[in-house]
Amino acid sequence: MPMAGEKGSGRLIVIAIPYLWLLALFLVPFLIVVKISVSQDILASPPYTPLLDLSQGWAGLKDYVSQLSFDNYFYVLSFDNEFIGAYGSSLVIASISTVLLLLVGYPIAYAMARAPRSIQPTLLMLVILPFWTSFLIRVYAWIGILSQEGLLNQALLALGVIDTPLEILNTDLAVYIGIVYSYLPFMVLPLYSALEKLDPTLLEAAEDLGCPSARAFWLITFPLSLPGVAAGALLCFIPAVGEFVIPDLLGGSDTMMIGKSLWTEFTVNRSWTSSSAVAVLLLLLLVVPIVIYQNIQARQLEAGK
Amino acid sequence: MATEKARTQTIGAVRRSFAPWTDPAATPLIRFDNVVKRFGEFTAVDHVSIDIYEREFFALLGPSGCGKTTLMRMLAGFEEPTEGRVLLAGQDLAGVPPYRRPVNMMFQSYALFPHMSVAENIAFGPKQLGMPKGEIAGRVAEMLKLVKLEKFAQRKPHQLSGGQRQRVALARSLATRPKVLLLDEPLGALDKKLREETQFELMDLQMDLGMTFLIVTHDQEEAMTVADRIAVMNNGVLVQVAPPSTIYEAPATRYVADFIGDVNMLECKVESCANGDVHLASSVTPAPIEIAQSVEANPGDTAWLAIRPEKMRISLDAPADMTRNCFTGEIWDIGYLGDLSIYHVELPCGTPISRAWWSGRFPGKTRFSSPSRRAPAWS
Ligand SMILES: Nc1ncnc2c1ncn2[C@@H]1O[C@H](COP(=O)(O)OP(=O)(O)O)[C@@H](O)[C@H]1O
Ligand SMILES: [Mg+2]
Repeated sequence: MPMAGEKGSGRLIVIAIPYLWLLALFLVPFLIVVKISVSQDILASPPYTPLLDLSQGWAGLKDYVSQLSFDNYFYVLSFDNEFIGAYGSSLVIASISTVLLLLVGYPIAYAMARAPRSIQPTLLMLVILPFWTSFLIRVYAWIGILSQEGLLNQALLALGVIDTPLEILNTDLAVYIGIVYSYLPFMVLPLYSALEKLDPTLLEAAEDLGCPSARAFWLITFPLSLPGVAAGALLCFIPAVGEFVIPDLLGGSDTMMIGKSLWTEFTVNRSWTSSSAVAVLLLLLLVVPIVIYQNIQARQLEAGK
Repeated sequence: MATEKARTQTIGAVRRSFAPWTDPAATPLIRFDNVVKRFGEFTAVDHVSIDIYEREFFALLGPSGCGKTTLMRMLAGFEEPTEGRVLLAGQDLAGVPPYRRPVNMMFQSYALFPHMSVAENIAFGPKQLGMPKGEIAGRVAEMLKLVKLEKFAQRKPHQLSGGQRQRVALARSLATRPKVLLLDEPLGALDKKLREETQFELMDLQMDLGMTFLIVTHDQEEAMTVADRIAVMNNGVLVQVAPPSTIYEAPATRYVADFIGDVNMLECKVESCANGDVHLASSVTPAPIEIAQSVEANPGDTAWLAIRPEKMRISLDAPADMTRNCFTGEIWDIGYLGDLSIYHVELPCGTPISRAWWSGRFPGKTRFSSPSRRAPAWS
């Protein structure tokens, strides 16, 4: 049957496109990073060695492999250096931010899902609206708000709430504010999509069976929104761990985050190899939550069938 | 089959003697007192007053959108009446939240909690009422047995068939032993056979538990089957409240006659009306029409005569007595349904299409070629 063959190849192409995309733009660059992470720094261009010289044939390949080493990983994982601390502090900051995002995002998503149907698209629009300006500009704007002479301090001083300006900028607090602000849509959207699907007659049924509405929230609404909670939390947690711009612009010199360390290692210490090792380790660290996220997604697809 | 029939007959016998609505001293369990419900400008329920008695199986019947669910939701507490009162056992329910009303509802969509197992769904109500743990387990087991789902206790709702989900919903709403069970189109999602079976099960259940059931349905057969009394609604207005046989034999309005069962409507003029004997004349029949029915009418009034198909007889030859209650027509179509046949008969004047059922054989002949002349008559 020629039809089946055509259909098969058409399908193959459709499936192949995203895989080729991932292969070319994710897997190959990542493998290059892995390769650099097991190389050594030299003053040259490119600034690492060894390079694979295929003209020397088999011997070249052997030579090449023998020169690879895990020294960079020992360097990064050594307690003498700041990286372990930075990894730990990144995880802590990302975790606390995720909890804060949940606390702020859940009520917003809940109110959106409960709003009249007719205004829900508008509310969704408003959540997405910040994406229309550059992320960098929005983070810079927070400097203007949070600094000593910033809008917030001026307003509080004018209102007489405080006598001396608050020191917020260049502290961890500013980092939390920046992360919660920037990542809020990533928390609100999956939560909204989970809450919006919730059948309101379930709450009526609970109430009918003797359950006041406050308790019905914890017994019905919240458990049924857990896939949204998990999706939102991971969608925020994963990029927050590697966040660089926000701690760099809003955090203090003592705010440690792995993204910042990586940047310093790459630009100031000019070590391609050890910064690659930092990146590879970061990815390994995040594989666990990413796999969890994938699992939840797959399960939701199953349930939706 | 035989035992089922016998059981239904005993229920029927018990039911016949059950008629608290005829007793002026009886106090109703549920009273809708001049209830009005408006959504903005739209009136969904319009001055409805109904009394429902303890142990009654009461049906709200009407086409989709006529306000049945709204009326029921006012009893459950999900809507407050715009005007009027809803009383339960003499107590005005105004301001009583749904979770404090001893009334449970089985939702049209079942509304089972998808994250809980069958057993957890059933245990939900008793848990909310603060029943001790040991007792809850016993109650759940009892309910599972009642709806024959013992083997499915640990399943999640999405692992059940439509009929099983319906049973879980029923068990869940019965688990707290409410005074009144509200059923909103409970069998709407089931196929015909399962629906009919479940109707009888519901009747048994209601008898065994001695509870008051209020069922909402748009299916007149379902209402006729299960209910002690039926309230027919149309556009938010209550049209008639009566036992099924009264609704069928003596519909209060043209609307009820048309809605319940098959019927032929003929426009007539009242000739005379005295002591339950009404004489009518119609342009479709040369012979006068005489019926025995106690209606108030004046000579000259326009009346609508509703004739049930099964009350008509068809014969090929003119009946002996052609002086009243008969007319001739042409058979247009015959629908063979097995246990009976439906004849579409066209009357000579104008085009009113009439229908008659015939369950049995025509003497001598089994089939007609149509169209052919026939003389339907009724008595
Ligand atoms: N919350 C509401 N807001 C506005 N209109 C409603 C609401 N609930 C019901 N209605 C309207 O009231 C009418 C009766 O509805 P309902 O009681 O559900 O009918 P039924 O159950 O008889 O099919 C319908 O026309 C419906 O559109
Ligand atoms: Mg309805």
